[in-house]
Amino acid sequence: MQAEIAVLRFGLGAKPGDLSAVADEPRAWLMAQIKGAVPLAVNAPLASSDQIYAGLLAARDERQKIKQESASEGQDAKAAFNAVREAYQPHYRAQVLARAQSAALTSRPFAERLVHFWSNHFAVSADKGVVYGLAGTLENEAIRPHVGGRFVDLLTAVEQHPAMIAFLDNQYSVGKDSTAALFAGQFRFRNADIRQPKRQFGINENLAREILELHTLGVNGGYSQADVTSFAQIITGWSIGGGKGRLAGGVPGRFYFRDNLHEPGPKVFLGKTYTEQGQRQGEAVLADLARRPETAKFIATKLVRHFIADDPPPAAVERVGRAFLKTGGDLPQVYAALIESPEAWDANARKFKTPEDFVFSTLRALNVSPAQPEEVIRTFDLLGQRQYTPGSPAGWPDTSKSWDGSDALMHRVLWASRVGAKYESGMEPADLAAASLGAYARPDTLTALRRAATSGQAVALLLMSPEFQRR
Amino acid sequence: MNTGRRRFLIGAGALAATATIPNALFAHTGGSSRLVVVILRGALDGLAAAPPFGDPNYTSLHRELAIAAPGGPDGALALNNTFGLHPSLSFLHERFAAGELVVFHAVASPYRDRSHFDGQNVLENGLTKPIGTADGWLNRALAALPRGKGQSADRAVAISQNVPLILRGEASVISKSPQATPDVDEDLLARLADLYSKDDWFSARLSEAVQTEKMVDGAADSGSLVKGSARAGYPDRVGAVARMASELMRSDGGPEIAVIEASGWDTHANQGGAKGLLATRLGGLDKGLKSLADGLGPLWPQTAVLVVTEFGRTAAVNGTRGTDHGTGGCAFLVGGAVRGGQVIADWPGLKSTALLDNRDLLPTLDLRSVFKAVLDEHMHVDANTLAKRVFPDSSGARPLSGLIRA
Repeated sequence: MQAEIAVLRFGLGAKPGDLSAVADEPRAWLMAQIKGAVPLAVNAPLASSDQIYAGLLAARDERQKIKQESASEGQDAKAAFNAVREAYQPHYRAQVLARAQSAALTSRPFAERLVHFWSNHFAVSADKGVVYGLAGTLENEAIRPHVGGRFVDLLTAVEQHPAMIAFLDNQYSVGKDSTAALFAGQFRFRNADIRQPKRQFGINENLAREILELHTLGVNGGYSQADVTSFAQIITGWSIGGGKGRLAGGVPGRFYFRDNLHEPGPKVFLGKTYTEQGQRQGEAVLADLARRPETAKFIATKLVRHFIADDPPPAAVERVGRAFLKTGGDLPQVYAALIESPEAWDANARKFKTPEDFVFSTLRALNVSPAQPEEVIRTFDLLGQRQYTPGSPAGWPDTSKSWDGSDALMHRVLWASRVGAKYESGMEPADLAAASLGAYARPDTLTALRRAATSGQAVALLLMSPEFQRR
Repeated sequence: MNTGRRRFLIGAGALAATATIPNALFAHTGGSSRLVVVILRGALDGLAAAPPFGDPNYTSLHRELAIAAPGGPDGALALNNTFGLHPSLSFLHERFAAGELVVFHAVASPYRDRSHFDGQNVLENGLTKPIGTADGWLNRALAALPRGKGQSADRAVAISQNVPLILRGEASVISKSPQATPDVDEDLLARLADLYSKDDWFSARLSEAVQTEKMVDGAADSGSLVKGSARAGYPDRVGAVARMASELMRSDGGPEIAVIEASGWDTHANQGGAKGLLATRLGGLDKGLKSLADGLGPLWPQTAVLVVTEFGRTAAVNGTRGTDHGTGGCAFLVGGAVRGGQVIADWPGLKSTALLDNRDLLPTLDLRSVFKAVLDEHMHVDANTLAKRVFPDSSGARPLSGLIRA
């Protein structure tokens, strides 16, 4: 069962031949995947975040012109909304397709699953207009390069990525004593007719709070409201280049530290005074957060929940957390501790697949890779996990209770029957079962496959079998 | 033609043993009361949805996000001399005038920190802390509902693919999203029922799914077929789930309780005032509630709809024309069964010394006092069970009274 566990639980599911290839050395197979960057497994023509963001700014300018010429307010809002959609849509589609192809084809499926894990840990949601075209770039630009590196580098790359800054509203968070606020205060005195007369300068604590609650310490990580507020002050100025007026400067779509928005001076956070200047103050806080025991425990708990069980076994959390703390968040060593946890190799402890797990493992089992974005998008719409849209910064839930509704099961049946009807590879159903499930395939399932009315129905039955629905 | 309908003529040959869908499931008539819980995820700004325009500090704190006093253009829809409704909530305002809406203000769950996710857990688990139980208060209440004649069916439905925490637990519930699942091959379903026969977890879900589809087909036979799409634009999304809820509740043997979720309330930036981001969201919610009322039709007089969120937002505007996570907020109870036309608020005021942590509206009413009252007066769950099992550690949250028409 060791090969099955390595390929099905740690990886993304078995392609034909995977199980036999891994058979002798499942642990070594996993260990070989965990160091270094994890690029997409396919050569996809994806634009970078700065290119995409520049396109968005240009589209907004264009719409602004239309807006000034048009009279009706309702139409304006719609036009502005459409501008974002049109500028972003091709990028979203290309990113979603590349992601599915990479999952279907990669020969480092454990590393690819880790990419998905971190992408969900540092979740942004494409249902926020400004994030729509950028969500995939966070995964590809900030996560893939650092998955096999140090946690602090991963954390810093994510929090300085334009998709995260835009998602959690930090680009316009302004220190009250920043030069911009002081200047505007004088300016307003002299000119009562500026466009937003009631604009009050101040912080937005969204990004600061979620970094602490969701990305590092965890909700019970010992910080107070005062720490949230102070951290928000510390990261004022963490913004995106390419605005206008007061927000001019920087390369459009790249991280840009706006000194004029930054709250100057030393600040106290979690009992320590940070005297660094400007951007470095926030980076110093991230570096400290990345080393804290609360962070180690929080990350370890999430990893163990993802790879072992909905109720994380404490011994495994302890082991993985200790590795995190001891190595200062050296991620390959953290993953190694996970692989070395005996609890991970319990053949009975299986997780119910999320829609994503189900789709990617199906693509691998049937040895197919999607050619068009539409099919991927429609599939995830149907199964209730539209890519990059967890809706909240907490990401998609990682326990079976959140995915096991009866209606959700019916949607899986529907999709499986459609996949079966289209399947044409000609592999015998019993061989498909052996190649994708190995020793997990139950005699009952094999009997059902043999008796199936058509080969398409056999495929659907295999995909919907309890053993395929778990990993 | 019945394309897209399922008939489940299971029976022939080796598959006969799998015909386990009990007919009794469609026979119950249930109690006469209907309850819908609408969860607004993301923390609704209660000071915008139910503006306290009569509070002297309201406008100076909420600034450009404040809703003006009634009378002018874009003014609040008046409830009394102090409180109003956001101008986007015209259906709710009509219901207030008709005596079918109660507005609660300065209300909150017992949760006092500011994490959405913990806040939602407390809202749904019925405890005073985010962890400690894996089931929801509404599921625990289900077990204590007085039984109707011949009842054996799932009496509650989540209008989504999966079941949210508030409805999870021992009592069996169904889930149904507005997204149709047409054309699933009956033969495949019968074979799956067979394949799942040794796996309780899968067989329970499949049989529930099949029952729910029958219910939907029944609703379709009796009138308008639900044609909502989960991918509808935001303002229509609430409508789609509301219509699905009403169709199911009206179907023969349909559930008495439904849970609806709506997201998009986390307005940290550019929240807007009488118009803008939040106004659009509220308009969608208001239309959705109207769709629910219209869809329930003859059931509306026996319906109560609770609209709740995990916590309120800061009294002051933040640096990005939005509001950050707060504490006290508002909640609504609307329906033909509701003794409405009241604003229930022990108003603490918005003076800086009256604010919680010098930033949030101070809660003076526990949401569990509302939940208990509705479950007691409307759903007839016995008070002892409510106090001990459904809401443990809630002795401080005494049930309100007089929320439901006698």
